[in-house]
Amino acid sequence: MTTVTRTGRPPSLLLNLWRSTVGKKAVMAVSGLLMLLYLVFHMLGNLQIFFGPEEINHYAHWLRTLGMPFLRYEWLLWIFRAGLTVCVVAHGVSAYQLSRRDIAARPTKYAHQRQRATYATRTMRWGGVILGLFVIWHILDLTTGTVNPVAEHEHPYQNIVASFDRWYSCVFYILAMLALGLHIRHGFWSAAQTLGANNARLNFFLKLAANGLALLLSVGFVSVPLAVMFGVVK
Amino acid sequence: MNLTLRIWRQAGPDAPGSMTTYQVSGISPDMSFLEMLDTLNEELITRGDQPVAFDHDCREGICGACGMVINGQAHGPERTTTCQLHMRHFKDGDTIDVEPWRASAFPVVKDLVVDRTAFDRIIGSGGYITAPTGSAPDAHATPVPKEAADTAFEHAECIGCGACVAACPNGSAMLFTSAKVVHLNVLPQGAPERSSRVRNMVAAMDDEGFGGCTNTGECATACPKGIPLTSIAAMNRQFLRASLG
Repeated sequence: MTTVTRTGRPPSLLLNLWRSTVGKKAVMAVSGLLMLLYLVFHMLGNLQIFFGPEEINHYAHWLRTLGMPFLRYEWLLWIFRAGLTVCVVAHGVSAYQLSRRDIAARPTKYAHQRQRATYATRTMRWGGVILGLFVIWHILDLTTGTVNPVAEHEHPYQNIVASFDRWYSCVFYILAMLALGLHIRHGFWSAAQTLGANNARLNFFLKLAANGLALLLSVGFVSVPLAVMFGVVK
Repeated sequence: MNLTLRIWRQAGPDAPGSMTTYQVSGISPDMSFLEMLDTLNEELITRGDQPVAFDHDCREGICGACGMVINGQAHGPERTTTCQLHMRHFKDGDTIDVEPWRASAFPVVKDLVVDRTAFDRIIGSGGYITAPTGSAPDAHATPVPKEAADTAFEHAECIGCGACVAACPNGSAMLFTSAKVVHLNVLPQGAPERSSRVRNMVAAMDDEGFGGCTNTGECATACPKGIPLTSIAAMNRQFLRASLG
């Protein structure tokens, strides 16, 4: 146990939190919940594609002009991008550090191995890595357009259809969205538990909400590549 | 009953260990798991071999001394302590794997015995109340609400056996620490030290090298005393409040 002398400068609040396992988990929980909130709006925005090219392309333009004239063109978008980057980095770094610690805490494995916890819980780490890789692909595909065959700025409809005309793009997207569903299924409830919002009465409803969110987001996101594959959107 | 046992044998803390196979026969289904091991040890001693070392004390499920991982489960297939696990839960001819608790914070002393003083140090960092001792205070001197008394009692049931750490894939001591924190923090007697208790006990827990909580729930499933998983949420809430407030 460390003692802090009166004359010494006490370590800062955030540093103390960051050093503890519970604090790091709280960082993971908050960053995860912020990303989840973003994803709800992202998914709802994506559904504009079902109303036709003009609607979603106009929606994309509106996103860039949000906050104008107080903010300049695309400023709000960049503020969101910066915030999300901070969340991704905080989430990933704390996950990495906690995982290292967790693995070190059990240096000798049990000889009698047994399946532990649910599938969603067991796949949090690798599922997270898959999602991280997907985000890189997704940005190169539909934000920067580096790997997109059309890559027309402010024409997301054409970009999306072009992207999902390639089978591997659909496969990766759908797999990543299934991983996302599993990640949220455990992650949302786990975040509530970590932030101390859970109790015996709420437990059932938090698990229900986690499953509902997981299902809603997975189905909502997956509907777009499926619509392109089946020719509903072309 | 005739059984095949595969038991972790390790001569000392730094000696290499391995799973060793033994055959035991004439086991009664009414025997406890520890009595079955006693039978094996009698045979080993008669043969001139080293008996299997394991911790045990009260043998009635209230002290928390005994503990071993049986077929990959802390305290075996029933939700109880190893001393209260009876052989009728196994079948004649079964092969049973017996291993010590596995955690870097619980180093193996010998065979199935691990050093659990890490738990004592967590308790020493805040698992008590500071009060003058002497003659017992009047029973009605500090009123305790019924709900608080029930919660405190539920968490005071923890016997510190370490099954939570053994069952957790991360070797985390969150359930143990939360049981102690919630037990004392919910009572008026524990109120003055509420925030320093949770901060110091979490810090002590981290210092011992236990892993973090990933909310797998394995601890609460293994706990012979039924400490609920939501206790960890209660400790998290108190820790964050104490650290941010």
